[in-house]
Amino acid sequence: MQVRIKKSGTWTRAIVFYLMLTMICGVIYPLVVTGLGQLLFKDQANGSIIEVNGKKYGSALLGQQYTDNAHMWGRIMNVDTHTYKNKEGKAVMYAAPSNLSPASDETAALVAQRVAKIKAADPDQKETAIPVDLVTCSGSGLDPGISVAAANYQVPRIAKAHHLSEAQVKTIITQCTSGKFLGIFGERTVNVLKVNLMLDGIL
Amino acid sequence: MASIILEYGLYLVILVALGIPLGGYIERVMAGEHTFLSRVCDPVENGITRVLKIDREEEMDWKQYLKSVLAFSVCGLVFLFLLLMTQGFLAGNPQGVKGMRWDLAFNTAVSFVTNTNWQAYSGESQLSDLTQMLGMTVQNFVSAGTGIAVLFALIRGFNKVKEKGLGSFWVDVTRVIVHVLLPLNLVLALALIGGGVVQNLKGGETVDLLEPIAVSADGNVMDNAVIDQNAGTVSVNGKTVAGATIVTQEFVPMGPGASQIAIKQTGTNGGGFMGVNSAHPLENPSSFTNSLEMLSILLIPVALCFSFGRAVKNKKQGIAIFCAMFICLCVALAALAVNEQLGTPELAQNGSVDLSWSAEQCGGNMEGKEARFGIVSSSTWAAFTTAASNGSVNAMHDSLTPLGGMVTMLLMQLGEVIFGGVGCGLYGMLAFAILTVFIAGLMVGRTPEFLGKKIEPYEMKWAVLVCLATPIAILAGSGIAMSIPGVVDSLTNSGAHGFSEILYAYSSCGGNNGSAFAGLAANTPFFNITLGMVMLFARFLPIAGILAISGNLVQKKRIAVTAGTLSTTNGTFVFLLILIVLLIGALSFFPALSLGPLAEFFSQMM
Amino acid sequence: MAYHEKSKRVLADKKMIGRAVKDSFIKLNPRVQFANPVMFLVYVSAILTTGLWVCSWFGIQDASGAYTLAIAVILWFTVIFANFAEAIAEGRGKAQADALRSAKKDVDAHRIPSAEQKDAITVVSSVALKKGDLVIVKAGEIIPGDGDVIDGAASVDESAITGESAPVIRESGGDRSAVTGGTTVLSDWIVVCITSEAGESFMDKMIAMVEGAARKKTPNEIALQIFLVALSIIFILVTLSLYSYSLFSARQAGIANPTSVTTLVALLVCLAPTTIGALLSSIGIAGMSRLNQANVLAMSGRAIEAAGDVDILMLDKTGTITLGNRQADDFIPVDGTDPRELADAAQLSSLADETPEGRSVVVLAKERYGLRGRNLEEKQVSFVPFTAKTRMSGVDYDGIAIRKGAADSVKKYVLDNGGTYSKACEDAVLEVSNKGGTPLVVAKDFKVLGIIYLKDIIKDGVQEKFADLRKMGIKTIMITGDNPVTAAAIAAEAGVDDFLAQSTPEGKLTMIRDFQKKGHLVAMTGDGTNDAPALAQADVAVAMNTGTQAAKEAGNMVDLDSSPTKLIDIVRIGKQLLMTRGSLTTFSIANDVAKYFAIIPALFLGLYPGLSALNIMGLSSPQSAVLSAIIYNALIIVALIPLALKGVAYREVPAGKLLSRNLLIYGLGGLAAPFVFIKLIDMLLTAFGLA
Repeated sequence: MQVRIKKSGTWTRAIVFYLMLTMICGVIYPLVVTGLGQLLFKDQANGSIIEVNGKKYGSALLGQQYTDNAHMWGRIMNVDTHTYKNKEGKAVMYAAPSNLSPASDETAALVAQRVAKIKAADPDQKETAIPVDLVTCSGSGLDPGISVAAANYQVPRIAKAHHLSEAQVKTIITQCTSGKFLGIFGERTVNVLKVNLMLDGIL
Repeated sequence: MASIILEYGLYLVILVALGIPLGGYIERVMAGEHTFLSRVCDPVENGITRVLKIDREEEMDWKQYLKSVLAFSVCGLVFLFLLLMTQGFLAGNPQGVKGMRWDLAFNTAVSFVTNTNWQAYSGESQLSDLTQMLGMTVQNFVSAGTGIAVLFALIRGFNKVKEKGLGSFWVDVTRVIVHVLLPLNLVLALALIGGGVVQNLKGGETVDLLEPIAVSADGNVMDNAVIDQNAGTVSVNGKTVAGATIVTQEFVPMGPGASQIAIKQTGTNGGGFMGVNSAHPLENPSSFTNSLEMLSILLIPVALCFSFGRAVKNKKQGIAIFCAMFICLCVALAALAVNEQLGTPELAQNGSVDLSWSAEQCGGNMEGKEARFGIVSSSTWAAFTTAASNGSVNAMHDSLTPLGGMVTMLLMQLGEVIFGGVGCGLYGMLAFAILTVFIAGLMVGRTPEFLGKKIEPYEMKWAVLVCLATPIAILAGSGIAMSIPGVVDSLTNSGAHGFSEILYAYSSCGGNNGSAFAGLAANTPFFNITLGMVMLFARFLPIAGILAISGNLVQKKRIAVTAGTLSTTNGTFVFLLILIVLLIGALSFFPALSLGPLAEFFSQMM
Repeated sequence: MAYHEKSKRVLADKKMIGRAVKDSFIKLNPRVQFANPVMFLVYVSAILTTGLWVCSWFGIQDASGAYTLAIAVILWFTVIFANFAEAIAEGRGKAQADALRSAKKDVDAHRIPSAEQKDAITVVSSVALKKGDLVIVKAGEIIPGDGDVIDGAASVDESAITGESAPVIRESGGDRSAVTGGTTVLSDWIVVCITSEAGESFMDKMIAMVEGAARKKTPNEIALQIFLVALSIIFILVTLSLYSYSLFSARQAGIANPTSVTTLVALLVCLAPTTIGALLSSIGIAGMSRLNQANVLAMSGRAIEAAGDVDILMLDKTGTITLGNRQADDFIPVDGTDPRELADAAQLSSLADETPEGRSVVVLAKERYGLRGRNLEEKQVSFVPFTAKTRMSGVDYDGIAIRKGAADSVKKYVLDNGGTYSKACEDAVLEVSNKGGTPLVVAKDFKVLGIIYLKDIIKDGVQEKFADLRKMGIKTIMITGDNPVTAAAIAAEAGVDDFLAQSTPEGKLTMIRDFQKKGHLVAMTGDGTNDAPALAQADVAVAMNTGTQAAKEAGNMVDLDSSPTKLIDIVRIGKQLLMTRGSLTTFSIANDVAKYFAIIPALFLGLYPGLSALNIMGLSSPQSAVLSAIIYNALIIVALIPLALKGVAYREVPAGKLLSRNLLIYGLGGLAAPFVFIKLIDMLLTAFGLA
């Protein structure tokens, strides 16, 4: 039996087809994912924001800039205060990567500056080489973590500032360290915001 | 050291282990066979075909097929272009972003329709939620679907004997999207949300900073300022700075992220939800999400090699093509890994910075890399994303070491055939295979044939165009760009690295990759338009070529296999295929690379 | 075999080289150059650099005048070398064509109105002959045009086209009826029906073919040219963009653009696949010429290439697999006959049989039983000749009838005449057949005496040849009129893959069609008119020159030697032609790597001194590096001319091994050779203070 289907033109079909896929992939699919995500992983789906007593102390996933000797320092940030404003129209902070070549003279000069600054902040560690992630800008510019080595490097300075023993600081660091996925993939990192919130007694 | 190698090795092993079964699944889907998801997906497919009044047995000849591809792509292009221009007036815009300038809208629309996803804009500040969903997410699906559909049209050219039809484009795209992409991405998106990727319909959020930031009147961040938050004053060395403001909050971008991030990874699209793509902690928060996103980059391109082998009833052929791609990938990955792990003298500062690997840090070139990914996961991603024409990044390629950056550039310049984009990578590689059998066939004294079909001038003409479309687009584009004095204003770096930034941009668009040496400020009318043209050329010329080849092959008889037939599944062929791909790439780009990354590398050595 | 000797001396032939040199300059005509796109690019480059040199007189220059001149001169030499390669390849053909032309003269033709009116001769010029005209040619006269003999028989000297001086017989009817214009009748007379008009004769075609005038580009050649043109386009883009890159980098560094147009042109020529581009047409011409040397005339270049692809060879058993003649090997008596009696009868029946088979029966009887050939004149003897109808021959003397012939014929003959045909005889017949022999049953006065065992003698070395062919992926099919049992036995002994027994023209045609349907390419040899349909169907069809006009027209090659084994040589030449093209292409492209390493550091040393690390050959100066590279590029063309003419070495090994081997020699060799030679040229230039 031959059923003759009346063919519509290529263009008509292309347009109808495109609109149908827009409905399926552009409306139904993201809404289903949003619904399920909000249902199953409410905290994660909304930016993993650390909220203590109604105050939003940042997102656990976004880095901030720390220059206080009593705080653990994170990755170098390229702070941007032009792009975003809050609801009141006040500038809010965001950050961007440097996009500098690691083989450029500019990088060499910047890293030298950062090395000098870190060494000046902590004279005790003068002889120790600084872990590389402390003197480099991250890929997002908003890296929330640093390597365990970078965290440990700062222990003497932080301990001194807070009048804590180095062991106490290290305990906090351990609590804020996330391991590799399945023990193999990625790197162990210390969440700098969490460490600082704990140091400040907020968490 | 062993753990590093284990990590690299496992990424590759898991990739292949997932790719093989998926390859089988895709092949069954495209052949219209029953699968374990048929009960769920068939009704959707039937619904679409009924509304469209598609005859599922319809056979398009190559010109009809091409016309359908083009008509469909033009629909997407026009729709997306208009959406981007008008998004400021439309609903679903909680952040209140504005419509794009026409040239940026053109560039962005082209970029997503061509599966390139080059981004001259930043997603969190320049796209509304509505655009992300209706525009970007949809194009991520359909451009990937188009690539796979064209691949299967080519496969039918090899399979059928003395026929005309290559199948129906509408049915092919429907099957790919309904049976493969939607289920896969639904699962992946949910897993990503679980790992911390945002997925909501809010525009964004502000949170308090632990340490407020002082900004001078001219907008610069003041590092050594003392901030009195209560008084609202900023002072340096005891003196109050006039006009300075204090920033106390941080922006947290939000939106329907995970749903789009999943498909941009699996569909080799790569257009980030955020400006910095998967380096962004809300787009790729942990090593768990990173592993998922990274494997997704190459999952379908790897799987398609095996689908191909099954579809042409010659599994060995699929494996041979896979091996050629895989060997190139491994070599590229090794080169990247070594260079990134070694870092540069500029970073080492004569030993005052520790670049060494230890249990507590990964060391190496961490400029532009996220601490949670380290060298291994960043290098692997860089290799995967440029091997595939994905273009998403989890580290800034502009900040790769000179030779590391060269590897990523070269992978794109080879024509995106080391796995490449979904569908298009494999059909590009098959065009190279046609060139290879031609040379090899001549060398053994036979008219070349591939999979039983004779390769004659008509096939050669198109295969050559398919293979050379990328080099032509890149050379012409970058050549024109560099002759214009004004382009220097767009560069972040100077000298040889500045050269690389422009070369990378055209390589990325010419390979339909979309990643960037992001230091290039590419949102200028010149770059938007020329890069847009390059993307269109490098996408649609090969599609036309492949369909023309297929349309000719499908009419031919099949040549019998004898001992005199040159094997296209053995080691020699794989070796020769790699050689041809490398040779065409190297011969086209050696001068360019020597003025960019090589010059930078050797200058640094001196 | 005149051409064989001539060709061996070809390179030493001063006259030929002189002519080639002259032609090299004549070929500088732009229209000739345009036909070869790659070399046209070099041609334009040479003109451009010459122009730049002229400009330098007036102070318009971006490189020194002497340097520009040097580049221009080398580029002109590159063009001329390419022309020379083509001219020398054509030289052989031209010499051959000249020889043919001297044979092809206008002669007087003796036209007659019909075969019955042999005396009604009108003398006309051979040029004026039309298709269908009848001419009579007598001893000592030259045949005025191609045609079929319709009456008479004559011995003809065909050395003018075949080079073979032994005369051949041409007669009406049968498969030896075709004659070629320009050949000479030595004895007797023939009436020829002209089949081709002046200008389209076999000789005309032959001259056009050997001269290369009718040479059309073959599909493979076109495909290769597409590839080469595409590469050239890419390299044009590479050099154009390089100028812009260089400008950009210089601007960034704040210096003047270090790249001169002259050097970029030199780079372009180095990168373009000039080696294969220059030699491409000579390879084709030389391939055709090699075929001519094998005394095979291809009607198109396409046919030679197709020969390389053939994977089924249909070979006639007789003459190709077995020696032309079967020989008596044994006498097998049946029903208790005395072997001597059988031998005697067999000998008697064969005495008048002048065929080699018949003679071998006489000889065997003499050797085995000392029976001598008797003089039968004295007795009342009448010989019964073999006819296709009776399929028996024999002798009647003294009232005794001896017959020998095919088993079923003799059986019928004996039974019809009241004799008996025993089971033992049938068994013996079957046994001989099973061994691959041909049984001839001998009967005396309607009583079966026994059987003569005629054996096919397999030619020396054919088994090895077929094994080689099998390794190359070529299947051999034996075609024979024998019965299936005999055919199977011979096939097994000769080592062919398959056979077609009791073949008929229709059988051959069906077989070819079946193979083609399965995707095979079939080659066959044929001579008779009844072969014409099969020849027309086969992908490569070699007609014997001794064959009929119909066969010659159906085939796409003519074997002037009419040798059945020629097919194997043709396949080899076809493969060699393609291999030479492929290998030189690989070589040419592989060369580019070294040229880059010579030129790129030279170009940009001023901009990025670090790039000296890429100067791995340690070339002495930028100028000398560029000059060395393009000198190498020009000289390699000359160096490879002998290879292009001779073809790359061919061996009967599987495709994979062949590929690895050629890849190693021409791929790796192509990668390494320029490194060595560019360095050498650089050292020479430096030593003589030229750069």
